[in-house]
Amino acid sequence: MRLTTGTRIAALAAATALLASACSGGGDDAGSDDGGSAAGPVELTFWTWTPNMEKVVDLWNSEHPDITVTVNKQDGGDPAITKLLTAIKAGSGAPDIMQAEYQKIPQLVSSDALADLAGSLGDDVAGQFTDGVWDAVTLGSDAVYAVPQDSGPMQFYYRADIFEKLGIDVPTTWDEYADAARKVHEADPKAYLGTFSANDAGWFSGITQQAGASWYGIDGDAWSVDIDSEATTKVAEYWGGLVEEGVIDNKPMYTPEWNAGLNDGTQVGWLSAIWAPGVLAGNAADTAGKWEMAPMPQWDADAPATGAWGGSATAVTSQSEHPEQAAEFITWLNTDPEAVQALVDETGIYPADVPASTEALTDPPEFFSNQPDFYEVAAQTAQTVQPFTYGPNINVAYSAYNDEFAKATKAKTADAFVDAVDAMQQITLDDLKNQGFNVSE
Amino acid sequence: MTTTTAAPPGGRAARAAAPSARATGPSTSGRRRLAPWGFLAPAIVLFVLFLALPIGYALYLSFRTEKVSGLGLGSGSRTEVWAGLSNYAAALGDPEFLASVGRVALYGVIVVPTMLGLALLFALLLDSRRARARTFSRTSIFLPYAVPAVISSLLWGFLYLPGVSPFYDLFERFGWDVPSLFDGDLVMFAVANIAVWGGTGFNMIVIYTALKSVPSELYEAAELDGASQVAVALRIKIPIVTPSIIMTAVFSMIATLQVFAEPTTLRPLSNAISTTWTPLMKVYRDAFTRGDLYSAAATSVIIALATFVLSFGFLRLVQSRAFASEK
Repeated sequence: MRLTTGTRIAALAAATALLASACSGGGDDAGSDDGGSAAGPVELTFWTWTPNMEKVVDLWNSEHPDITVTVNKQDGGDPAITKLLTAIKAGSGAPDIMQAEYQKIPQLVSSDALADLAGSLGDDVAGQFTDGVWDAVTLGSDAVYAVPQDSGPMQFYYRADIFEKLGIDVPTTWDEYADAARKVHEADPKAYLGTFSANDAGWFSGITQQAGASWYGIDGDAWSVDIDSEATTKVAEYWGGLVEEGVIDNKPMYTPEWNAGLNDGTQVGWLSAIWAPGVLAGNAADTAGKWEMAPMPQWDADAPATGAWGGSATAVTSQSEHPEQAAEFITWLNTDPEAVQALVDETGIYPADVPASTEALTDPPEFFSNQPDFYEVAAQTAQTVQPFTYGPNINVAYSAYNDEFAKATKAKTADAFVDAVDAMQQITLDDLKNQGFNVSE
Repeated sequence: MTTTTAAPPGGRAARAAAPSARATGPSTSGRRRLAPWGFLAPAIVLFVLFLALPIGYALYLSFRTEKVSGLGLGSGSRTEVWAGLSNYAAALGDPEFLASVGRVALYGVIVVPTMLGLALLFALLLDSRRARARTFSRTSIFLPYAVPAVISSLLWGFLYLPGVSPFYDLFERFGWDVPSLFDGDLVMFAVANIAVWGGTGFNMIVIYTALKSVPSELYEAAELDGASQVAVALRIKIPIVTPSIIMTAVFSMIATLQVFAEPTTLRPLSNAISTTWTPLMKVYRDAFTRGDLYSAAATSVIIALATFVLSFGFLRLVQSRAFASEK
């Protein structure tokens, strides 16, 4: 027990709020020292959680003495967004440049946190990216809220050695995946082909994206919520069935237990995204050379499709005093061949810029040196990422996923999985209406 | 001799005369009236700045809300408006909130009696005459309290995960099929265990300290009457330390209502802990995941009121018995 008093809870919650609003009066003096005047270099701050980003930024700084960028390391996607939104509410304290995951962009735009770059970017920037990725930074409007940095097309990662030992072929359809899951679990009751995690909403939205779902839509001047579409329901029913049958694990990913499973071969496969080699190398270093990557199992083998899990863009915040210079920097960072090559070499991301990434990605990641065509397969899958629209309260939809699927994995029935999808739809829709958004039904 | 005895009164008179002489002018009397406020000022300023104002602001926020217009994109699409009691109505009508209150109540029913029972037992054992290695035992029972809740939750979390836990390794060797504490309703015990492990030591020290102040004549008298150690514990020690037990009970109840760190740290390890598992987790989710400070403020006010009512209600209930001797 800890010696705190009841009133202090309220005080703490309020103190946070107080700090947020009490500073709002001081917004004007925020950027006055770092060069409202033309003299001296423009100084920009950049919030990012990508490891080694500072090495790429050093390249820029050495070539551009008039625009100095300082990297400020963040914990990760969610905490960085929370901090940014607090700074936006407070009226000061936000960086000039911000890394933002694609699914967070509508929420950030809705909170007026991002600057519209449409007038600051060159005409050729849009052509560097696939339509799906570009849509995610424009929200289908004439505005441009960020420049895409990396994308996370999903693939299927599996232990090739175990597949060979058990005589299992790489599944190309979801029916085959289910059969493979049964075989893996039959051969070793402790082993699973994968896990259904109630903690990873981004993973779930990715596999529903593959099936053709798009959780939100914009009809004219109103949002629509379409989480309980046929596609999402089909996916939930499929996974609920596998969990009910007991052939798929239902523990969360990214736990010490899951890591142990990757190491000792009881997690035989992982439906993940292009950044998986980094995670596998970090969590199961001893299994190097035993994994291979294949396209996702398909719902319709004739129309290959995949979803995206992760990936982020670089945005300029609405508090930046130098949006022009910031736009120049983020364009360089994400489309200049030298910069993209450095991003690949130093940070290990999968760049969203199509021409530059084809040039930069030739050799497979070290962990997958046994699969020389790694990036060829990746490039093919990246072409098949399905369109998907994120909405302004995706955070609510994601936390509803956590709570509702926690209940469903407890019940372990396909029906409970479908109910969870319905509950997510209801919670997300209610919240959107409650906040006052125009919503069409 | 006479000079030494005469000196103190003279000195005292001189010292007493000085301030009254100084207090004759009007400005000095005003200064005198202000003096206590001067001394109190730091405390008052700190209290107002860091307690009263934030509470007031939280109350204010709890009656406000933010409305979005249209698609909610672009600047100026959000405005703050009065919400009346709607944040309170929403919190009290939210089944997730009510469920979290239910969970915390059950958690309290498990944790408070277990923790205080153990603390009292350990305190009595340490205080008994036959106890050996007292300092060592006392320190080792108290030590878990010094481990921050986040660290202890991580440690216990690893021990709970069947895939990496040495306990489950042992269970398997014995052929026992022990269910995972992270599945379903058992997670309540997983969290409660951490609280009991961490809190027993502190409460034991409080009760043990009270036991140490019991006058030894009472024990001698009891011994003369032929009372056993158990009888001494039940008839003398426990009644005398009852006020300490009540105090630890109140603190434990408050801590129970505020449980946050343990389930939040365990959440990524288990599907069974939702984002609103306890009331404070709901406050955190509303404020930081949903960005809705207004609902979070309303829920905070409700929790603060409930804590207040429960603590004072409990005190009133037991006061007549526990503090009867002091009246």
